[in-house]
Amino acid sequence: MSIQEPSRRPEQRLTVSGEGLALDDEIPLTEQPLWRIRLRLTRRRWAENWRLFTANRIGVVGFVIIVVFAIMAVLHPILMATVWPSSIYHPVAGYSAPRVELEVVEQVTDPTTQIDLARARLRGYPAAQVGDVVTDRLQPAPPSRQHLLGTDPLGRDVLSQLMYGTRAAFALGAVAALVTVVVATMIGAVAAYLGGWIDAVLMRIADLFLLLPIIPVLVFVTGLWTINLWSLGLLIGLAAGLGPTAIVLKSQALTVKVKPFIDAARIAGGSHLHIIFRHIVPNVVPLAFLYMMFTVTAAIGLEATLSFFGLLDIPMSWGIMIHTAQTTGYLLRGTDFWWLLLPAGGAVSVLAAAFYLVGRGFDEVINPRLRQR
Amino acid sequence: MARFLGVRFAQMAFVFWLFLTLLFFMIELSPGDPTLHLVLDPNVPVEARDLLIRRLGLDRPLHERYLIYLRNFFTGDMGVSFSQYPREVTDILWERLPRTLMLFFIATVLAYWFGFAVGKVLAWKRGGGFEYAMTIVGVALFTVFIPWFALIMIWVFSFTFNLFPLRGFLTPRVFRGQPFGANEVFLWMIGSGLVLLLVLTALYVLTRRMNDFRIARVVNAAGSLLAIAAFFGYWWIHPMRTLAANIAHHTMLPVLTLTLIAFGGVMLLTRSSMLETLREDYILTARAKGLPEAVVRNRHAARTALLPVVTSMVLALATVIGGGIVTETIFSWPGIGLALLDGIVKGDTPLALGALAFIGVLALIGHLLVDILYGYLDPRIRH
Repeated sequence: MSIQEPSRRPEQRLTVSGEGLALDDEIPLTEQPLWRIRLRLTRRRWAENWRLFTANRIGVVGFVIIVVFAIMAVLHPILMATVWPSSIYHPVAGYSAPRVELEVVEQVTDPTTQIDLARARLRGYPAAQVGDVVTDRLQPAPPSRQHLLGTDPLGRDVLSQLMYGTRAAFALGAVAALVTVVVATMIGAVAAYLGGWIDAVLMRIADLFLLLPIIPVLVFVTGLWTINLWSLGLLIGLAAGLGPTAIVLKSQALTVKVKPFIDAARIAGGSHLHIIFRHIVPNVVPLAFLYMMFTVTAAIGLEATLSFFGLLDIPMSWGIMIHTAQTTGYLLRGTDFWWLLLPAGGAVSVLAAAFYLVGRGFDEVINPRLRQR
Repeated sequence: MARFLGVRFAQMAFVFWLFLTLLFFMIELSPGDPTLHLVLDPNVPVEARDLLIRRLGLDRPLHERYLIYLRNFFTGDMGVSFSQYPREVTDILWERLPRTLMLFFIATVLAYWFGFAVGKVLAWKRGGGFEYAMTIVGVALFTVFIPWFALIMIWVFSFTFNLFPLRGFLTPRVFRGQPFGANEVFLWMIGSGLVLLLVLTALYVLTRRMNDFRIARVVNAAGSLLAIAAFFGYWWIHPMRTLAANIAHHTMLPVLTLTLIAFGGVMLLTRSSMLETLREDYILTARAKGLPEAVVRNRHAARTALLPVVTSMVLALATVIGGGIVTETIFSWPGIGLALLDGIVKGDTPLALGALAFIGVLALIGHLLVDILYGYLDPRIRH
């Protein structure tokens, strides 16, 4: 166990000398390595935050939903590698359609087009007569033991698509959230700390991204470039990070900027960069995490909406599943083909709502004024 | 207040310039150019392509093109649509603008009206079953996948109950052989609706200045009923009656859908804003004075809680506009949002660019209106 010179950092000792902090009573606090004390403090803070977070049912519900979806996302590659043969269960290229025996009961002719409907449908049996029994492939197939959520109009397993889509949603949300946090924290801290014309320009850019409705802009962007999951995440992250989130974080950074420890750091000779990164950013990051959650909510909904319009270059996602159901004409069949619409649409709504709820739970941890009276 | 608005106006102008510049460079940086398809056509000689490049001004230096772009934009010249050749983009967009504006306006007003009314009651009754249920509804509406929600609305109201038309802006059959165009009818509808709105607002403002609270309420209610009756009476004898009814019938479901989408966020925000206000000491004072609960809630708490909600109208505008695009697409509502999507899908860049620019202008004007409203509501700025 390496022992740092504790005497060099008396202020660290002062901050940790509260009651109940000593890990091992036999070693005095000043003899313990700094990293262990820090670790302990961090753990205590997390435990306290977790207690505050779980005190509110809303956040916990969201958290549980996210965990369930995360399990689905992790299970998918495992299932694909073990029990699901790729030729049947692959979310994009799989195919499976059960054979069914159908009895030809009636011959119908469409009055407007004069196309023989029965023959048009029974392509494999041009000579079929009323009363014959023919075999046909059923797709989309309703849920069965082999396909728990049935198959889509192209004979692909809906459950596999749903789980694969979960991975896509998490990947997108992670990229968007990460970019948002990094960009917004930087912009907010720099604008608040430096002020002046840099602040003015950054805030006008933020105004622009706050005002611009993101759906039309992204629709426009997809017309000019090919957008896949990663670039979409980057774009959403940039739009949120340069815009609304930056404004919120800047006002938070402004309240930090006027604290005495910033003056102290400046007098001690800290450079601008040092002050921004060591003193302002760490105090802004908790709030950034809150807005990260709301970015994830937005990103999931945006991806699904753009995919629904068929504008993205993504192999499979929840939006694509609904897009498939729409383009093949199963939208207004109500509950007859519920497994084509309900799982995907429900998953988008529920996961987006879950991230929003976790954000609300976070809000109560960070913002003491919101806690129950 | 004039100073406040002046500063905001200057900032808006700067933001608008940023927006136009962003659009220009997006087009500029995108791969390909509008003459590229001519390269693949063996029947087109090289000179023809060069001529087109020169006529479109693509051979000029960047800064010159940028200035031309800005000038064209401010003189209202957005070029000619590719997919609806040879119609001008501005012509198409002006025709569609009232439809989109109407959709956005009614949905925003209704969503705010109901969202605020429900939100303040929720905060007042914190902890009850009603609050939990409505919070869940609010979060669901706030985060719901909009296309899916719109489809469910169509399926429930149009398909299952057959209450509204499935899609579109009007039934062409009804308009066949009529002496009026669709936009003419629609503008009459909007005009009369605006007159009604003005009358109702004037009544509200006038009765608020009356001394006796009860008489004012009676006058307000009676006057409003009279005005609404006059509105419907006017349309009852109007020659465009059936046409207007047809358009109104088509309007209802998209408006309802967009209203519900925007409603959830407003309600949740009002609730949290009210919760913060209710902790203030002056609320305690008002209660201690023995004022009725409804007065404390509506007059003391809600007035203050309204401010952050109005500020958030900027964000709600983005929701309404974005949700409006989706709603327009799913309901085949021929507005600006549908023009944008059509332009993108058909590779009609001038139309898409024009539509996006119009949407940006709408958002900016909406923002400015919210600022004026805010300046009026916030006494710190008003005085």
